[in-house]
This record gives sequence, C-alpha cells and structure tokens, in this order.
Amino acid sequence: MRNNAILLVVARFAIPLVMLFGLYIQFHGEYSPGGGFQAGVLFASAWILFVFIYGLDTGLRVIPQRVIYALAALGVLLYALIGLLGVFLGGRFLDFYPLLDAPKAAQQTGVILVELGVGITVAAVVMLIFLLFVQRRAATLAAGLDPDAADAVQDDRE
Amino acid sequence: MLFLIVIAATVVVTRDLLKATMLFAIYSLVIAGFFANLDAGDVALTEAAVGAGIGTVLLLAVLSLVPRYEHRHAGHSLPALVIVTITGAALVYASFDLPAFGQPGNPVHQHLAPYFIEQTYADTGIPNLVAAILASYRSIDTMGEAVVILTAGIVVYALLAAPPRQRRRHGKQDRS
Repeated sequence: MRNNAILLVVARFAIPLVMLFGLYIQFHGEYSPGGGFQAGVLFASAWILFVFIYGLDTGLRVIPQRVIYALAALGVLLYALIGLLGVFLGGRFLDFYPLLDAPKAAQQTGVILVELGVGITVAAVVMLIFLLFVQRRAATLAAGLDPDAADAVQDDRE
Repeated sequence: MLFLIVIAATVVVTRDLLKATMLFAIYSLVIAGFFANLDAGDVALTEAAVGAGIGTVLLLAVLSLVPRYEHRHAGHSLPALVIVTITGAALVYASFDLPAFGQPGNPVHQHLAPYFIEQTYADTGIPNLVAAILASYRSIDTMGEAVVILTAGIVVYALLAAPPRQRRRHGKQDRS
C-alpha cells in the first residue's frame, strides 16, 4: 500500500494520535473512563494500522517479535511483582498502602503501575495474535493452499 | 434498538462471512453509542475499542485463513429445535420472578454498591469508580484476567504453530 498517497498521509497523521490517545487512556484511567485494557487495545490497533500501511517487515523492525513475546509475559510479571512488593513492605498481596506514606498517593501509584502491567500484556497479546494470523496466512499461501481457491473447488463439487 | 435487531438478523441470515464481520463491527459501534448515552464511559470505550476495532481486525485475520462463504448445512435437527424452544420458554418464564428492572430498591443495589459509591474516593483517592474497583478493591481478580489474556495469546500461538499442510490433510480425511 506504499503507493496510496491518501492512506499514507492519513495514517501518518492518525497513528501518532491513536498512540497518544492510548497513552492518555493508560495514565489517565483513574480520572476518566479507561484503563490498562482499553489502552492496550488502542496501542495495539495503532501498531496494526502501521502494519497495514507499511507491511509486516517494517512493523516487526519497530517492535521485534521477541520483544512482543517478552512484553506479554512482562506485563503479568509487573502486576504480580507490584503485588509482591506490597508483601515485602509489610502488607498483604496486592496491598498498595505500604508502597508510599500517604495512603491515597500509595493507592494511586499502585493502581497506575498495575494498570500499566495490564496494558502491556493486552497490547502485546493483541499484537501477537494478529502477527500469528498474518504469518499463518503467509505459510498457508506458501504451501499452495489458498483458502479462497479451496472454496472455489468445493463449490464446483457441490 | 430496531437497527440492532435488523443488523443481528442479517448477521444470522447472511452466508458471506466478510459481510457478517462488518455488520458485527457496526453492531458494536451502535451498542457503544448506547453505552455512552447511558453514561457508562468505561464500557462504551471498551466496546468501541475491542468490539468495533480489534475484534473486527482479528476476525478479518481469521477470515484470511478460511473460505469467505459459509457452507450450507443440509437439514435441521428437529429435537434440538424443540429442546431450545422449551429451554428458552422456561428462561423467559423464570425471568418473571426477577425484581423489576432498574428499580433502586432491588436487592442488587442494597449491599456493596452503596458502600463503593460512598467510600471509594475516601478509601483510595481515585475519582473513577470503575478503575478503583477493578484495580484496587478487586486487584487479584484483575490479575487473573491479565493471566487469562496471556494464556489466550499462548493458546493461539499453540494452535497456529502447527504446519498448515498436515492440518489440511486431516480436515479432508474428516470430510470424506
């Protein structure tokens, strides 16, 4: 799609905005609607749009596949580690009060960090699922098994 | 509302999976509008982002692997139809025992909801009630959800990692 000027211009304009909006939703989730899950989905959708425009190779150069694998696990780990941090500082699992002296600030910090974990995991997993389907499509076509062609054959049979 | 019913009926009837996917996206968008109308910003945002956005993209990704048109199945199972009708009628009958929809005196609004509405800001200092409940009061729950999402990614990886040629052959053997 590199030759389509309208798509290129619109995407160049839209992708940073979508990513910015994702970050806003991520870190403003305690004040306005949103949170880690929605932010992760938005961020992943920006990357998917990037892949649509510039191709998968360029997209994987921006975020390598190994990094996506690592990020998916890292988000859950971040979440659990914040929970364990509360234990080490003298509270219970996922107790945010020990993190800081002021209770409200401690709660907000804990929630922001935990939501960040959710956001990272969701973004990485959505990107991963999309990536796997694209690669699967390429592998299927490479094996000479075009699903639409198979469909035509079956319609003949009917 | 009528619009939603028309879209849903069309999705059921159509054999063109691409058309069904796009109709689902429109359906999600309309529903998101309803949620926004009801001041449920979190739900509206989720529905718009997940239902209309990513869900559609992932369904299209699935469609790139399967034929575009649904195969017509011959005949219908009459006992199944009878069972489904009876179960549906029983469920509708049971719904008459539920308290009237949306009344403030209903049992569901009596126990935890007032506490959360009154105490959340005092407890946590977080203005968004939904975020506070999800991440602070019920954070172990949310961690479980994050693990579920990770598991979903791993499962998709496991399913798609098998080489395509062999899987196709198995499918053909089943069909013949």
